[in-house]
Amino acid sequence: MALLEIQDLHASVDGHEILKGVNLTVNAGEVHSIMGPNGSGKSTLAAVLSRRSAYEVTGGRVLFNGKDLLEMEPEEAACEGVFLAFQYPVEIPGIGNAYFLRSAMNAIRKYHGEDELDAMDFLPLYKERMKLLEMDEKFMNRSVNEGFSGGEKKRNEILQLSMLEPKLAILDETDSGLDIDALRIVAQGVNAMRSPDRSFLVITHYQRLLDYIATDFVHVLVDGRIVRSGGPELALELEEKGYSSTEADVQQALPA
Amino acid sequence: MKTVARAMGNERTMATTTPLLEKYFEAYEVVRAQGLDREPVWLQQLREDGWARFSAKGFPSTHEEDWRFTNLATLAKTPFRRAVKGEAAVSAAQLEAYRVPGAACQLVFVNGHFAPEFSEFSKLPGGLLVCSLATAIDCGREGCAPEGIEQHLGRYADMGRDVFTALNTALWEDGAYLRIRRGVVLEQPIHLLYVSAGAGAAIATHPRTLIIAEDASQAAIVEDYVSLGSEAAFSNAVTELAAGQDAIISHFLVERENLASFNVSTLRIEQSRSAQVDSHSILLGGGLVRNNVHPVLNGEGAECLINGLFVGAGGQHIDNFMLVEHARPNSNSRQFYNGILADSARGVFHGRIVVHKDAQKTDAKQTNRNLLLSDNARIDTKPQLEIYADDVKCTHGATIGQIDENQLFYLRARGIAEAEARNLLLYAFAAECLDRMRASAAREFAERLIRERLQELTSAAKQAAPAETDEEELQNWEEVG
Repeated sequence: MALLEIQDLHASVDGHEILKGVNLTVNAGEVHSIMGPNGSGKSTLAAVLSRRSAYEVTGGRVLFNGKDLLEMEPEEAACEGVFLAFQYPVEIPGIGNAYFLRSAMNAIRKYHGEDELDAMDFLPLYKERMKLLEMDEKFMNRSVNEGFSGGEKKRNEILQLSMLEPKLAILDETDSGLDIDALRIVAQGVNAMRSPDRSFLVITHYQRLLDYIATDFVHVLVDGRIVRSGGPELALELEEKGYSSTEADVQQALPA
Repeated sequence: MKTVARAMGNERTMATTTPLLEKYFEAYEVVRAQGLDREPVWLQQLREDGWARFSAKGFPSTHEEDWRFTNLATLAKTPFRRAVKGEAAVSAAQLEAYRVPGAACQLVFVNGHFAPEFSEFSKLPGGLLVCSLATAIDCGREGCAPEGIEQHLGRYADMGRDVFTALNTALWEDGAYLRIRRGVVLEQPIHLLYVSAGAGAAIATHPRTLIIAEDASQAAIVEDYVSLGSEAAFSNAVTELAAGQDAIISHFLVERENLASFNVSTLRIEQSRSAQVDSHSILLGGGLVRNNVHPVLNGEGAECLINGLFVGAGGQHIDNFMLVEHARPNSNSRQFYNGILADSARGVFHGRIVVHKDAQKTDAKQTNRNLLLSDNARIDTKPQLEIYADDVKCTHGATIGQIDENQLFYLRARGIAEAEARNLLLYAFAAECLDRMRASAAREFAERLIRERLQELTSAAKQAAPAETDEEELQNWEEVG
């Protein structure tokens, strides 16, 4: 059974249709990359899958692990195993990083009927993962993302990913704004998380990230539809020729 | 009103808008008669002045600038009578839940009367004089001369400006008297518990607290207002805190009475040279609450922190009236008030800073931040600066906002349920107030109360959503012209 099945998904924001029939199937353990020009609907797709309410689904369906994802609240989707690494991680003054993450882990554990972790169980794991992402322990007690640099915020997203161990991780332009060192560290964090029962949806504007994260499939999203799909070689082709050739294909394909 | 007019004769006419004052007059008659053979003449005179002032002015209306946002019609119309000692049945078990863990001592007052049987003095530290104010005055009559009462009591709280202070001065029957000796440092907080307990009728109490912190003393005092049961009561408290040179004092006001209660409290702080006073107000309960904090920085280098959190839901009305006076050079004050208002709750923050002519190099700052959790919640926030010196730094700012949807989504996207996510965000906002308290048993106590209150708020919101609020029912406070 596919982990994620997106069928003819349509979605709007403020009455404006952004997704115009997306079809995509992701099996367990696979890495899919979604590329496309700005405004093509990549982030909208990520938002819909993570159940952000500002995005109205106007058609189609999405099954996650056989369950109707579009019926779920954001927290349910998260507890079922959907994780979104935010393009713009939110700053939350007054809530400590470690406290926040432990609350999240415990919410998910509770959902699955597991015992909650106390600080003693949590901290060693947290510190170990921070080390992997080359994050200073001082971040632990600072407020969530508050005063973090762009790269620190992205690393913090991957840190959460590594602690929450989702079934599906959606990386929404995680590479944007990262210098090459940060990109390498983030990719390393992602690669460490790869497993036969964890899938990734890597949304990116550039091929660059895919030099570090080996992708199984590449899809090109243009104007709310996937117009091409292929293997990793497609990313290289796009990097060379840009999206214009693909967009031209679409223009031709669209009825006048 | 007839009774009052007759009794007072013609020389004091009552304001035409003044509603029912008979019950207060009856109480005054009793208190005055009690005082005739027990109280020193200066105190009898003080009461008389208080009554004259109150009966001449009555309760303020919303036409008065200082009361513009708080309507007292319901308070004025309710016939609150004097509480008789011992009429309310209270057990020690009932009060157990209201202790402050780690407190050095606890003084309990039930309906304004000292209750030694519920009070706890066994671990009293040295250098602290603590007893009920009426006891202290009685002692004075016996010739054991409690120090400082005459020099301090009624010398700071301003009856001329505030009729509630006048009413309290006329009618107080008891309260706490604390004197912290020179140089004494108290590690544990002193807990003053003022309990309103059902007496089968609406009762008014007027607790009076006098705190004298001698030079270089350090202490934390928790003044805590609670109710047993759900009957309406009116607590009209006045506290005078005189902080000597270099004294470091934290005062906590905790309001957690029931929603039928009216609570007007006035904290008047007098600060000597280099005294540091923190006033923390944690207002979680009460139906109609007016919190007056009035520090006078009357010594060079004095510092004052006026810190508060008010949380209102349902039809609660919480009015914070700050008056910070800088009277000497090089003093500094910081005001930080955070408000959280749900349902049809209404909040007021009125922050006045007065810098007198001599108070050069004053540094005064004021910040009021508010979270409104519903469209019907309302906050009126009003800064006011009166500056008569020419070399000062005064800033003020206010914000009003809602829970940030992006933050809420971020938490939910990590698996945290909506109610819990809201609770975390509210707590983070409220914790700004806790962060400004020195680490102590009092702060831990405050933290627990705030956590409980916010939990209540978010779980109630979850149950209520998305039902419409019933405006009729929530409209507790009548409008009068």
